[in-house]
Amino acid sequence: MSNNKRQYEVVFIVDPTTDDEVPKLTESFTQIVTDQGGTITKSEVMGKRQLAYEILHHKDGTFVLLEIEGSGREIAELERRMRVNDRVLRYITVRVDEDRRRAEKLKARRARKAAKRPTRGHGSSARRGPAMEFAESGGE
Amino acid sequence: MSTNYEDRQRGGGGGGYDSDDDQDRRPMGGRGQGRRMHRRRVCRFCIDKVDLIDFKDVRLLLNYLPERGKILPRRISGNCATHQRMLAEAIKRARNIALLPYTTD
Repeated sequence: MSNNKRQYEVVFIVDPTTDDEVPKLTESFTQIVTDQGGTITKSEVMGKRQLAYEILHHKDGTFVLLEIEGSGREIAELERRMRVNDRVLRYITVRVDEDRRRAEKLKARRARKAAKRPTRGHGSSARRGPAMEFAESGGE
Repeated sequence: MSTNYEDRQRGGGGGGYDSDDDQDRRPMGGRGQGRRMHRRRVCRFCIDKVDLIDFKDVRLLLNYLPERGKILPRRISGNCATHQRMLAEAIKRARNIALLPYTTD
């Protein structure tokens, strides 16, 4: 890979009664991350939605997604801040770079296989008829 | 070769447990009328060539969460082990941030 930076997805739920504060809150979190040397690659408000279960007597919340690239130190700081903040009902951090790399690899392998397939596919079906063996024997 | 494979898949599919499908296939004679015919055991994710299951994709995950809110076992969904693992992980993450319920009653 081109860099050794880690990629994270952070989703946090904000108290919907203070909905107008969401941009400000996101801004401050962004600030924290950049101060620690990380970069925000994506910042998206997923909107208000109903929670599957109550959290601190809240039935719904505003979901915000941040995609962060960095060393991991900014995550520690960010999580600490979110833990302290009452507006944030819940957060989750998922490291995604490894999984994405793996997915990429699988995709590449599939592409390679697909490119190879034509010869192999005929080869296995060749034993059905003796006539075909002549045609396909080069592939085996 | 394809028919043989199909038979095996169907036999194990409906019964739930692999052990009982041998036993009740024989007395019935005709292999699984009705209740065990309909289940095709194929991994949806393999067909769609999914490499990554996103925990934010609630619509997708809900397909594998029956009423009770438990993760649908792979003997029923027919998922392959790899994708079932990814799916279970995604569901658990989604539960953590209240996108999906832990239980429903």
